[in-house]
Order: sequence, then C-alpha cells, then structure tokens
Amino acid sequence: MIIRLQTSDFDPEREAQALDVKGAGARVSFVGTVRDRAQDRRIETLEIEHYPEMTRAELTRIGSAAQTAHHLLEVLIIHRYGRLQGNERIVLVTVWSAHRAEAFAGCQAIVDALKTRAPFWKKEISPEGAVWVPGHTPQDLR
Amino acid sequence: MITVRCFATVREILGYAMRELPPSHEPQLASDILTVIAGERAADLPKPLLVAINCEHASLTSPVKDGDEIAFFPPVSGG
Repeated sequence: MIIRLQTSDFDPEREAQALDVKGAGARVSFVGTVRDRAQDRRIETLEIEHYPEMTRAELTRIGSAAQTAHHLLEVLIIHRYGRLQGNERIVLVTVWSAHRAEAFAGCQAIVDALKTRAPFWKKEISPEGAVWVPGHTPQDLR
Repeated sequence: MITVRCFATVREILGYAMRELPPSHEPQLASDILTVIAGERAADLPKPLLVAINCEHASLTSPVKDGDEIAFFPPVSGG
C-alpha cells in the first residue's frame, strides 16, 4: 500500500502506471477535484488542513481494511493539502484486483471511509468570505 | 504530560494548535481534558465534536493517561 500526503499536483495515470501489480486484471481509480462553485458562491481557493500523523495512520487502516474485505492486490492513495484552486485535483484512490467487481467495490469503500474518517478539513475562500465545509462523522461514532 | 492538539474550527475558537497539560492524579476522560482547555468556550465548539487519542478516533468518554496525545476537531471533510 502506498499513501502520500503532499501539496503538489499529481498525474493519476502516471502514478498508476508506475506500479507493476502482479496478478491484476482490474484497476479502478477515483479522482476528486475542487468544485469551482458552492451554493452559488464562486470558489477562488480551497484550503485543506489535516492532522498529518493521524491522516497517515487512518488512511493506512482504511486501505488495509479494504484490501482484506475486497481482496485488493494493491492500494494507492494520494491526498493533497494546503491551498488549491478551482478544478484542481485533490485526491487519488487507485486499487488493483484480479477482477473488476472487487476493484470497483474496494475503491468505493476507501473513498467512502476516507470522507468520513480521515482528518482533513476544507475551507472555501470566495469573494464573499471564507466558509468551512460541513463535515462528516465516522459511522461508529454517530 | 498530555499533549492536546486542536484543528480547524476548534483551533480557531480556542486560539492555539497545541499545548501540554500535566496529567491528573485521578483517572481522566477526554471530556475532563476538554473542560480544562475550553472552559466557558466549550459551548462555542462545533457539535458534534470529534476526539482522537494517539491518532485513533475516540470519544469524550475515552480514558486519557500520561503520555497520550489527544486531539479535538470538527467533523471531517476530506476527499
């Protein structure tokens, strides 16, 4: 499993191609991007804050759980932090498996868990001001 | 010592990202730490307020001991 937290952009295809995953018959990727509008406000900048030590630990737990549950051969997660502009890439989740069903399900499971468990917080900066994006609470803590 | 870290709106409301507290001689819960650090401003903090102890999700009723790192933050919005 590869987990990277970085301020710089990434090339999803190049990142996936760089890994030679033996036995893989399927590869599914999810790329999340910065919305350029939110509730009729034009988003100029998105600031992403995170808790570095916990982010890495939580993403590792999320990736390991998905690997086991969905028989994934490899997992790659890249998440950016810092200041991003509209339409920029935020996150890449790519998974490899022997067959497509596991890859689709595994990728979705990681993205869903990431959005409710990984300690990231977004602040949208628009001409009207700055607004924290409403967040999610882990299912087991609701 | 117990390390306390605050993120996002919690950091903005309390005015700091990190501080250290001496451990109590009595058993302590995360809610006890919150009372010490937030005081009267506890009512201003986001609800629900999330808690992590040693980089794992926890709750306000989780025990905290000497050497732990406890973090308080609002619901998360990654991805």
